[in-house]
Amino acid sequence: MKSVADLKEGEKGVISAFLDNKLALKLLEMGCLPGTEVTLDHKAPLGCPYCISVSEDYQLSLRKSEAITILID
Amino acid sequence: MIVALIGNPNCGKSSLFNHLTGLRQKIGNFPGVTVDKKVGFCKISDGSDIQVIDLPGTYSLYPNSLDEQVVLEVLINQNHSDYPDLAVIVVDSSNLKRNLLLFEEVNDLGIPTVLALNMLDVANEIGITVNTPKLEKILGIPVVEVNAREGIGLEGLKLTIFRALEKKQIHDNVEVVSDELKSAAKAVKEKFSLKTDYAALHYLTQTDKLSFLKAEEKKFLQKISADLNLDADAFQAKEVMERYKDIGQTLNDVVEIEPERHNSLTLTQKIDNVLIHRFWGYVIFLGILFLIFQSVFTLANYPMDLIDGGIASLNDFLKSVLPESKITDLLTDGLIAGIGGVVIFIPQIAFLFAFISILEESGYMARVVVLMDKLIRKFGMSGKSVVPLISSMACAVPAIMSARTIGNWKDRLITIMVTPLMSCSARLPIYTILIALVVPDDKLFGLFGFQGLALMGLYLLGFFSALVGGWFLKKILKTNERNFFVMELPTYKKPRWKQVGFTILEKVKTFVFEAGKVIVAISIILWVLASYGPGEGFSKAEERVTAQNVGLTTDQLEPKIAAEKLQNSYAGLFGKFIEPAIKPLGYDWKIGIALITSFAAREVFVGTISTIYSIGADDADDSTIKSRLKNEINPETGEPVFSVATSYSLLIFYVFAMMCMSTIAVVYRETKSWKWPIIQLVYMSVLAYVSAFLVYWWLK
Repeated sequence: MKSVADLKEGEKGVISAFLDNKLALKLLEMGCLPGTEVTLDHKAPLGCPYCISVSEDYQLSLRKSEAITILID
Repeated sequence: MIVALIGNPNCGKSSLFNHLTGLRQKIGNFPGVTVDKKVGFCKISDGSDIQVIDLPGTYSLYPNSLDEQVVLEVLINQNHSDYPDLAVIVVDSSNLKRNLLLFEEVNDLGIPTVLALNMLDVANEIGITVNTPKLEKILGIPVVEVNAREGIGLEGLKLTIFRALEKKQIHDNVEVVSDELKSAAKAVKEKFSLKTDYAALHYLTQTDKLSFLKAEEKKFLQKISADLNLDADAFQAKEVMERYKDIGQTLNDVVEIEPERHNSLTLTQKIDNVLIHRFWGYVIFLGILFLIFQSVFTLANYPMDLIDGGIASLNDFLKSVLPESKITDLLTDGLIAGIGGVVIFIPQIAFLFAFISILEESGYMARVVVLMDKLIRKFGMSGKSVVPLISSMACAVPAIMSARTIGNWKDRLITIMVTPLMSCSARLPIYTILIALVVPDDKLFGLFGFQGLALMGLYLLGFFSALVGGWFLKKILKTNERNFFVMELPTYKKPRWKQVGFTILEKVKTFVFEAGKVIVAISIILWVLASYGPGEGFSKAEERVTAQNVGLTTDQLEPKIAAEKLQNSYAGLFGKFIEPAIKPLGYDWKIGIALITSFAAREVFVGTISTIYSIGADDADDSTIKSRLKNEINPETGEPVFSVATSYSLLIFYVFAMMCMSTIAVVYRETKSWKWPIIQLVYMSVLAYVSAFLVYWWLK
């Protein structure tokens, strides 16, 4: 299974499921729904955290440990 | 009438608040918590005044931090003193889908709402058009277009608020409370006289987060939840999904997106390529910090010299025209010297806050969080600790309060514990004056001032000790609590200068009136303590000196008399009492007096020494604080009191010492126990004493 953490910089994916319930709730209210397209824009210089853009609308920053719980197609 | 402004972070809510209320605003606290409450007044269309509250930004009514919890409590507790008559939901029109989630939730609580469509210009730029009349028709509540950045549409908004307060309207949302929950909701609704089932469900699913509930009420709610086998997370997830579906349908009819839409993030992504670059990102961040310190030191120096000189000549002038008396002395050496010690801070505070608010306004601060997260995590904190740490270069009190955005308790506690090690603006005058005494005013490579470098060095010392402190605390504290880092990155924007101006004004005002009160009061007390003394030691001082120094002129006698008087005054006795304890650090009893008085607030230090040395010195030529200190000679050794060793020892002492009552008080409020402020006071005092001791003996 592929997660947001497996994306390369500039690569896109569509959210399919969440592995972490509590984090999922937080992501949902921030507009990351299953079916939403996300792009990995940048990895911070030390490899973490990541900057992703959500449906090319706005950017979120999240840690690697959080990114691996977001599964993508 | 209370109107609450509610919205997502970065939706432009605060600038709308500033436009609506102008300078008629104040900062208070919500009852029971230390979350900043911004309240202002605004005249609406019928000429009456309404109270406007700017609630913290949040994505939903399910809080993840203290700030967000306040929003929930204000909106869900009808007996709350800030419970609004009307909610103005401010939304970012370029991202309506996410922004309308909060709108639906607030609506569902039964609070009448007005929707303010903000940032339509941004939406248009990227090819999104919103049909406002149609949206208004579908939602069934007033919808207004505003531009909070430019201040456009305010009259329309005020008129709408006026009308909405007359005729309160609530939008009929999608039903998120399922049938099997209805009867439980009804019981809760009746007990707490709530308006809607949805409000009742919040009482049931978030019982622990509602601090206003009594123990008995909590038991009542917990029993119902247990009987129902209510899964709070599942309810929340289902609710959010259903609402997004509903919002999606609404927006289908209202929002048009050009097929050739422009990516709103292109520019931001390009800037990010540089600003979070693995090499340039850090170089630029350090460069910005360097720029800030150089300019705080050099630029602020001009107005500060003017103020220092102005106060001195005002005092000289007053002394020359007013009759020589105790009252004149109190006015000049006590009151005006004390006020001078407050006013002289203003340029530096203004400069520092100008920079900090530009960094926040532009969106760069969020990138600093990203840059620093992994580094700072090693030291027991999170990237989000960077904001408190950087803000505490201005003042630890708001900085410690800003640590509330850190959801994780351990990260937050460590941040609170080490934040006061960062050098705040109150230390700045102490640094400035002591550096000016001992660091030569030369330039390295003819470019960088040594004094500016020394200043930066002290700030870095504070920063690194905060990191080391965090590392120790990380090893000591244990916790299993988990929390999230995920946060929104705002797009880069041109800073709104008006907003920057507001911040500067607000901070300077707070400083002048809050800290200023203490400083002036202490200055006057000090003058009294230094001008009076017990018994013959003080009253006979003049006769003694005259008898010992036969043959001297009056001009030569006067400073000796003044010094003898100060030694025997209450302040002198006080300073001498603690002299044995501070002698190993290279301080005399006069500095001792300043240490004691600056325990309440370290900014008092400069005011105190300027008061003390103006009493002890003759006023003929050396009227600025700096020259007075430079000429101060230790009567025992004949050496300058502010020698290199003593000055550096004092500098180091003030880098580490926890000398600020307000910080102690705010740490107590934020951690809700005396344990943490006491631990903090002890560890910082020990650190300060030992380091100052080592520095003194090394340089001596």
